[in-house]
Amino acid sequence: MAETHETQAAEAGHEEHEHHIVGPKVYALILLVLLVGTALTVGASYIDMGPWNPVVAIAIACTKATFVVLFFMHIKYSSKLMQLTVGAGVFTFLILVGMSLSDYISRAWGLW
Amino acid sequence: MSLEQQQETASFGMWLFLLTEIMFFGGMFTAYLIYRNWYYPAFVAGSHTLDITLGTFNTLLLIVSSFTMAMGVWCAETRRQKGLVWSLIATIILGLGFLGIKTIEYKEKFELHHVPGASFDAMSFVNVPLDKDGKPKDKALAPDMATHTEIYFSLYFAMTGMHAVHMIIGIGILFVLLYKAAKGAYSTGHITTIENFGLYWHFVDIVWIFLFPLLYLISRH
Repeated sequence: MAETHETQAAEAGHEEHEHHIVGPKVYALILLVLLVGTALTVGASYIDMGPWNPVVAIAIACTKATFVVLFFMHIKYSSKLMQLTVGAGVFTFLILVGMSLSDYISRAWGLW
Repeated sequence: MSLEQQQETASFGMWLFLLTEIMFFGGMFTAYLIYRNWYYPAFVAGSHTLDITLGTFNTLLLIVSSFTMAMGVWCAETRRQKGLVWSLIATIILGLGFLGIKTIEYKEKFELHHVPGASFDAMSFVNVPLDKDGKPKDKALAPDMATHTEIYFSLYFAMTGMHAVHMIIGIGILFVLLYKAAKGAYSTGHITTIENFGLYWHFVDIVWIFLFPLLYLISRH
């Protein structure tokens, strides 16, 4: 947990972060997760789930990406400022894509 | 300013850059989603012309290269110079392997006239080529829908092309890092450069994690 690596800088009175080193064991485990995820997404594409196929594909991709961000990119061990910044960025991204799509869906859909 | 603060500032800046990169690819993803919904049969037919084996293998190469890069960051943090050098070499080899396979895939697209532009030919989606048993390889499209496969291939080349450009830039930087790492620049406690490059490399990996199912795996059943 990120909290356990936080130490209070007494004289400054603010949270100070000790640099957390992520080790090979964690990286190997994440590699395994990503490989399994790849196998799952290829396997799932051969099963007919109707409209759920793209949903499952994107869900698996999001899960894989989350593991990469949290562990390979150390966000799980980063300060709250970093976590919030990344979260806000992803949120803004979803707003931009979502609003654009809602505009297309809500006007003249299919009349191309 | 403590060293910790300085390191955090550096990776904070890198993250801001990567967030702009996410927005950049986001535009193409949005275009993809809209056109995919409009011209779904064309996207299915276009997707089926991609080689799923090559695509999966490339995904594996990229994921493993992300792992070797992460190991490189660990080696820099724990001041293991040899480990860092070999991690960077492995990342370069895997990255070049990815680009090599991408080249094979692009070459096939040129041969089949599936590259958007003057020589693009959608007829192979109307009169579908036969396989060994004399059956059509895929469902035939109506001529007007078949012309829309050009949009699929435009997005295919735009997205995989921009991804490949990021890979080429990354491999270029990797050679510089390797040269400096071999001289011991990153095994004395200075880890910011290696760490920030690691963030970039993982970002490129994430883009591919989304590109692969969206471009290769449409309606494969």
